[in-house]
Amino acid sequence: MTDEKKNPKGTAENWEPRIVCFFCNWCTYLAADLAGTSRIKYAPNMRVVRVMCSGRLDPQFVFEAFAKGADGVFIGGCHPGDCHYQEGNYKALRRFHLLKRVLMGMGIEEDRFRLEWISASEADRLKTTVNDMVAKVRALGPLNLETPDEVSTEEVRA
Amino acid sequence: MNEPKNKSSDKGGIGVYVCHCGTNIAGTIDVKRVADYAKGLPGVTLAREYKYMCSDPGQELIKQDIREHGLTRIVVAACSPTLHETTFRNATEAAGLNPYYFQMVNVREQDAWVHEDKEAATKKAVDLVRAAVRRVHLHKPLERRKVSIDSNVLVVGGGIAGIHAALTLANSGKHVYLVEREPTIGGHMAQFDKTFPTLDCAACILTPKMTSVRAHPNITMWTLSEVAQIDGYVGNFDVTVRRKARYINEDLCVGCMDCVEACVFKEPKFVNEFDVGLSKRKPVYMPFPQAVPQIVVIDPETCIEFKSGKCKKTCVEACGDRLAINLKMEDKIEKIKVGAVVLATGFQIFDAKRLPYYGYGTYPNVYTALEVERLVNASGPTGGEVVLRNSKKPQTVGIVHCIGSRDENTNRYCSRVCCMYSLKLAHLLKEKTGAEVYNFYIDMRTPGKGFEEFYNRVAEEGVHMIRGKVADVFPEGNGSDRVVLQAEDTLINKIRRVPVDMLVLAVGLEAHADASDVRRTFNITCSSEGFFLERHPKLAPVNTFSDGIYLAGCCQGPKDIPDTVAQAGAAAAEAMALIDKGYIELEPNTAFVVEEECSGCRTCLSMCPYSAISRDEEKGVAVINEVLCKGCGTCVAACPSGSIKQNLFEDEEIFEEIMGVLAHD
Amino acid sequence: MTATNAKPKVGFYWCASCGGCEEAVVDLAENILAVVEAVDIVFWPVAMDFKKKDVEAMEDGSILAMFINGAIRTTEQREMVQFLRRKSKLVIAYGACSHLGGIPGLANLWDRESVFRTVYHETPSTVNPEGTEPQTVFEENGRRVTLPGFFNTVRTLDQVVDVDYYIPGCAPTPKITLQAVQTLLSGNLPPKGAVLAPDVALCKECPRADTKPDDLAIKAFKRPHEILIDEEKCLLAQGIPCMGPATRGGCEALCIKGNMPCSGCFGPPGRVKDYGGKILSALASMVGSNDEAEIVKILESIPDPIGTFYRYSLPASLLRRKKMDAMSSEHK
Repeated sequence: MTDEKKNPKGTAENWEPRIVCFFCNWCTYLAADLAGTSRIKYAPNMRVVRVMCSGRLDPQFVFEAFAKGADGVFIGGCHPGDCHYQEGNYKALRRFHLLKRVLMGMGIEEDRFRLEWISASEADRLKTTVNDMVAKVRALGPLNLETPDEVSTEEVRA
Repeated sequence: MNEPKNKSSDKGGIGVYVCHCGTNIAGTIDVKRVADYAKGLPGVTLAREYKYMCSDPGQELIKQDIREHGLTRIVVAACSPTLHETTFRNATEAAGLNPYYFQMVNVREQDAWVHEDKEAATKKAVDLVRAAVRRVHLHKPLERRKVSIDSNVLVVGGGIAGIHAALTLANSGKHVYLVEREPTIGGHMAQFDKTFPTLDCAACILTPKMTSVRAHPNITMWTLSEVAQIDGYVGNFDVTVRRKARYINEDLCVGCMDCVEACVFKEPKFVNEFDVGLSKRKPVYMPFPQAVPQIVVIDPETCIEFKSGKCKKTCVEACGDRLAINLKMEDKIEKIKVGAVVLATGFQIFDAKRLPYYGYGTYPNVYTALEVERLVNASGPTGGEVVLRNSKKPQTVGIVHCIGSRDENTNRYCSRVCCMYSLKLAHLLKEKTGAEVYNFYIDMRTPGKGFEEFYNRVAEEGVHMIRGKVADVFPEGNGSDRVVLQAEDTLINKIRRVPVDMLVLAVGLEAHADASDVRRTFNITCSSEGFFLERHPKLAPVNTFSDGIYLAGCCQGPKDIPDTVAQAGAAAAEAMALIDKGYIELEPNTAFVVEEECSGCRTCLSMCPYSAISRDEEKGVAVINEVLCKGCGTCVAACPSGSIKQNLFEDEEIFEEIMGVLAHD
Repeated sequence: MTATNAKPKVGFYWCASCGGCEEAVVDLAENILAVVEAVDIVFWPVAMDFKKKDVEAMEDGSILAMFINGAIRTTEQREMVQFLRRKSKLVIAYGACSHLGGIPGLANLWDRESVFRTVYHETPSTVNPEGTEPQTVFEENGRRVTLPGFFNTVRTLDQVVDVDYYIPGCAPTPKITLQAVQTLLSGNLPPKGAVLAPDVALCKECPRADTKPDDLAIKAFKRPHEILIDEEKCLLAQGIPCMGPATRGGCEALCIKGNMPCSGCFGPPGRVKDYGGKILSALASMVGSNDEAEIVKILESIPDPIGTFYRYSLPASLLRRKKMDAMSSEHK
């Protein structure tokens, strides 16, 4: 456990990965609730944004999360064929693959962006995937996107 | 209860409430710190922490603050929104504020209960509250849309659960469509001989109910029918039912069975499904003697006329001028509108062939419990005499519990009814044959009313109870028909080898093989064991996550007949409550196209599985039907020019939430 | 002191650009005469001989409108635009490079070090045995010359100075340019920050819009050279990634009329935060498969997603640039 929590060389000792999660209301969000009622413990690094369906996931949300400081983004939806709204998760799957290629092209490592199908009864699976992702992101270190600071804007108007 | 430390004298802003939930939240999260932090956030007028926000005084706190401080937005950090979002929205509304000016933060199920590190859990709560405060700022005043409810009900499945639900609803004046896939109603209960613990004859208590269904003016009973498709939403379901061709005109057949007698097949040749394969039937047959409707059915898979077109059709001849047989009949599609649906599709038994070491299918004297029900049944294949496949009567019987249940390799769960029915079969077999009966069990589960007493009775009748899992079944050999059951009797610490003439496997209950297809049709979910998933195991055991769809009986999980009937009544009551209210309010999280922004690119048109999006040719833009829209947001994300918005989940609101969870301050 | 009937002053400046935007001004053709009649061009390095010191002599804010094209890539460009900002009442980002970063913006997939390495060392025809690279300061024989610093990251104009309006396009069409100039001169100014083009995507004005099917399900994307492009049919319907649905209109669909797909030079409509994110969402949603392996395969027929979706807008995107393992901290 102590080994897992060790941050990579060069990273501040108290750095903790911050992972923004988009959970679909009917499956993954309920699985997370079930983990709660079952008192299953997992890493505290996830911050959940609830959406009704993984199909709501706009790639802009993912970019914004990384741009604003997330070290990882996790999408949770219903298993293929089980989407509460029939096919929203398939749209999410299609977007996920193209989005992943763009993110990797922008230097964001593959392990930082993850899509998992977690059904409402799979609380245990939620725990293992969350812990796994946190461990993988921890090993990669902080994303530290070089947000090139605004070059000083001298704005003098008449 | 705290005094708000940040009284604002100008126009009201956001009120933040952090719930202790006793120690459920406060035991892990420093709720005071979270509330203090919230006070300092832009737009927050006041922030409190309170022991039980969902209680009456808790809700009153919100209402009072809205009135006194002119609050315009409310954030509550407490349990999961699935529990109390509605509670707090209602409280907000009661104080005169639009209920959608409310945002809930889940700091219990998804924070306090799942993290041990208190500092991390508190930090997480802080982040989530900050995100909610930023989000709720942008919330718009939304209105729930009221739609009327159709008073018809669809009951799917004509077993005891479906029958009871249908009768209850019909008696209350609702019109019920009872759709059953087999040619007769009755389900598995019709196959049983006697029911535990009272040993009532199953048919005697079931058939009067079946007849009532048939006769009830408020029930439309469609057998040999299945739900092909269901569209719409709670209160307004459009259902397509496929009524398979029976090849018999239901109105003309009188159930005389002359056609069966006259069939060109002199002897029955085909597997009789009702007798679980223990007897045979002809292509034209009566499903079982007390079938409802009391009408024969022709099986096109086995009837010569359908296979070759060259049959003499002696059945038609025998029917004479009743003219009830119509070999040209086709499937009929019925379209109906209902307000609620009760699913009572029942169970299937565990396939004992999956555990080959018990010998089912290999040794001729191994039976499943359902087959034995037919053997002991007076209207069964052996007239109630327990005659084995070798034409002999058994002198020793072994009954093995937990076949397929409580087993990591097959099903982990306990099927609940098997111990009781195993005792019942032990009693019946002993009574009918005088045989020595040995029940091999792991635990004896007899919890219901009269169940423990029944166990004692059966034990006193001389049935041997061996506590041990049967590890092997092998032929006795030496020309004997018997098989030997080997088990460790854990109460006396000895290996026992018991040769038996008849081995009965107490097979467990499973969801139907096509449960996952059925659940997709009705847009509900299944649990990991495959049974339909209830909304909440304690508080909503007959509801599903799809409003208007209810569950009854074994399709929701293994249970005995008393519990099935109770649950069916509960489902009927839920449906009645829905319908009697007269209207339903739809959640307003629907999507809409901003007309002046839409370029008519058509990307969204194929995104909607509910066909809620169409094109206005005149204006060249997309239009979303608010009533059909279910609020998934897929079209919103797909729109390449950001011209579709989703109420309650607008891009801006979500961006604020993202920035909120990540902000450093 | 300005005379009471003096014409308003305007200027044109170019940063990291190709010169096409300057051409666009010239492309106004005879309309340019009307422009010249109405305004006083006081600074236009490519066409006129005014010097920086001439502008320095002017009062702050005395130039009515400064049209700046090109992205910001060097310290000199930064200095100039900050200077011109001071001297102007309105700064207008003219063309895709100043609006969104433009084609030069794609350099944000690299940094200065890797650009210099390629340009000055690795290209096949370069002969540079001493490994010489441009320096910001060079001294020899007591003489000192300087070169502007070269940023690691290409920026849009508004990431460096406050911008009042944007005229989109690579280059902006004559019609858009004329409309914008007329608007600015009319005194009836739109809200600050507006992009001076319609806020609806291109499909609205596309001549092929009616040929687009309602249920497009793409089984393979095609590049323009891979098929014989039908001149009447919607390009997306032919499998060619056309950025039209995500791109602001107003250009009269000139590229489509030239039988080529829209490449997105007008950028997104105002409500979209990340252009590439939206077009990728739409195209992915249209993929005609639910099987993961097949989806991946179909998407592979877009060989360069970043180049396709962010051709003009990488610096304006939410991520702005590729994360490099270690970028020099000098001249970010």
